[in-house]
Amino acid sequence: MSAQQLSFYQTTLGKKVVMAISGVILIGFVIGHMAGNLQIFLGADKLDAYAEFLHSMPAVLWGARIVLITAVFAHFWSAFSLWKQNKAARPRGYAKQVSRATTYAARTMRWGGVIVLLFIIYHLLHLTVGAPVSGYEIVHGKVFNNVVTGFSNPAIAGFYIIAQVCLGLHLYHGVWSLMQTLGLNHDKYNDTRRKVATSVSLLITVGNISIPVAVLAGLLSNT
Amino acid sequence: MNQVVHNKLKKGMKITLHIWRQKSAKSAGDFEKYIVENVSPDSSFLEMLDQLNEELSESGREPVTFDHDCREGICGSCGMVVNGVPHGPKARTTTCQLHMREYHDGAELWIEPWRATAFPVLKDLLVDRSSFDRIISAGGYVSVNTGSPRDANETPVAKVNADLAFDAATCIGCGACVAACPNASAMLFTSAKVTHLGLLPQGQAERKERALNMVNQMESEGFGGCTNHGECEAACPKGIRLDFIARMNRDFISASIG
Repeated sequence: MSAQQLSFYQTTLGKKVVMAISGVILIGFVIGHMAGNLQIFLGADKLDAYAEFLHSMPAVLWGARIVLITAVFAHFWSAFSLWKQNKAARPRGYAKQVSRATTYAARTMRWGGVIVLLFIIYHLLHLTVGAPVSGYEIVHGKVFNNVVTGFSNPAIAGFYIIAQVCLGLHLYHGVWSLMQTLGLNHDKYNDTRRKVATSVSLLITVGNISIPVAVLAGLLSNT
Repeated sequence: MNQVVHNKLKKGMKITLHIWRQKSAKSAGDFEKYIVENVSPDSSFLEMLDQLNEELSESGREPVTFDHDCREGICGSCGMVVNGVPHGPKARTTTCQLHMREYHDGAELWIEPWRATAFPVLKDLLVDRSSFDRIISAGGYVSVNTGSPRDANETPVAKVNADLAFDAATCIGCGACVAACPNASAMLFTSAKVTHLGLLPQGQAERKERALNMVNQMESEGFGGCTNHGECEAACPKGIRLDFIARMNRDFISASIG
C-alpha cells in the first residue's frame, strides 16, 4: 500500500499524544480538585468559604472550565477514533486468545473511561449545576451540607466510590502509558515511572473515596 | 540407550491439531481437525507439521501451507499462533525452534495465522508481510556514499549505544508483535528499526526523516495504535523491549514539532 502523507493527528501516534497531554491536564485538575475538596475535613465554614473564593473569580473559573471541557472532549474523541482504528486493524480475532503481559487496568481503559465520563456528567449535574438528579435539593453556596446530604444516601456514595475506583484503575495504566507515549523513558527512571503511576492513582482514589466513606461512617455530619 | 527414553521415542506422541485452512486470500477459511501420531518429542514444531503434510500428500489431500526458511530462528519467516500465543509457549523462541517436548502427549493445539488487516492471509497459515518491507523501504536504512571501504572503527560509538542498537537490530521482522498486540499494532517492529539506526552516528543525518517516514508508512498500512499492553514484548522471540517504542515516540514527536 503506497503511503499518503498523514497529518500528525491522523496518525495513531499523534492521537495518543493528544490523549497524553489532555490526560496530564485532567490529572492536574483532579489532584487540585481533590486537595480543595479535602477541606471538608476542616469544617463547613472552610469548605464553603473556599467555594465562595473560587466563585469570586469568574474569569479564572470559566477559563479553567473551558480548558477542562476541551481536554475531556479531545481525550474522548481521540480515544473513540483510536478504538475504531484499532478495531479495523484486526477485524477477525483469534479462536484462542491468551494474554501474557497486559493488566486488568490496561484492558479496562475504554470501558473504565466511559464509566468515568458518565460519572463526570452525573457529578456536574449533581453538585455543580444542582440539577434534580439526586432526590434532594441542592442549596447553592452550602457546599458542605450538599455533599454530606448526598453521601448519606448509600446509593449516591456507592456510585461515587465505584467511579473513583474506575478512575484509579484508569490512571494506574494511564499515567504510565502517557510517559511511554510522550517518549519519557530512560533506563535510570523506568522503574520510577511505574511507582509514579501507582502513587498518583492511589493518592487520588484514596483521597477522593475518603469523603463518602467519612460521611457513611458518621465522621462528617450536617451542621 | 536409557530404556525409558527409548520406549518414549518408539511410541511417540499423539497430537490433535485444529489448523486454519484457507484456500486463497479471497476465500473464507475455517478450522480443520487432524490427528498426528508417532510424533517424536524431539522434533521441532515445523517438523511435526511436515509429518502431517507428508501424510496429507500421501493420501492425496492438500498439505498445509506455512511460511518457513532457515529453521534456525534467525530469518523471521515462520510464525503461527499456537493456542493463542504467537510462536507457541516458549519465551524468546520462534516456531521453528519450538520442540514438541514443550507439549504433553495427547495435547490439543489450535494453529492460526497472524491476524491483522496489514497481514492478509494468502493461504492457510501463510500471511503477506510485505507491509513490513514497505516500512523498511520508507526509512529503515542509512544513505552512504559508495567508494573505497572506510576504516573500521573510524567513527567512535559509545559502548552503551552500540549494545542498545544491536539489541534493536536483532529484530527479525517475524511479525509476532503485530500478532500478539490486541490492536495489531506494528509499533514494536517499527521502533526497533528506528532505534537501531537512530542510536548510531551514521544514522543521525536521516534520524528525523526516518521516524516521520517510517511511522507514516506504518500508519498507512492499516496497523492499529499502541495501547501499552506489553503483549508484543512478551511475544517477541528476540526480546525487543517496549522502551524502543518510547524512543520512537520521542523521535516522532520531536520530528513533528520541527
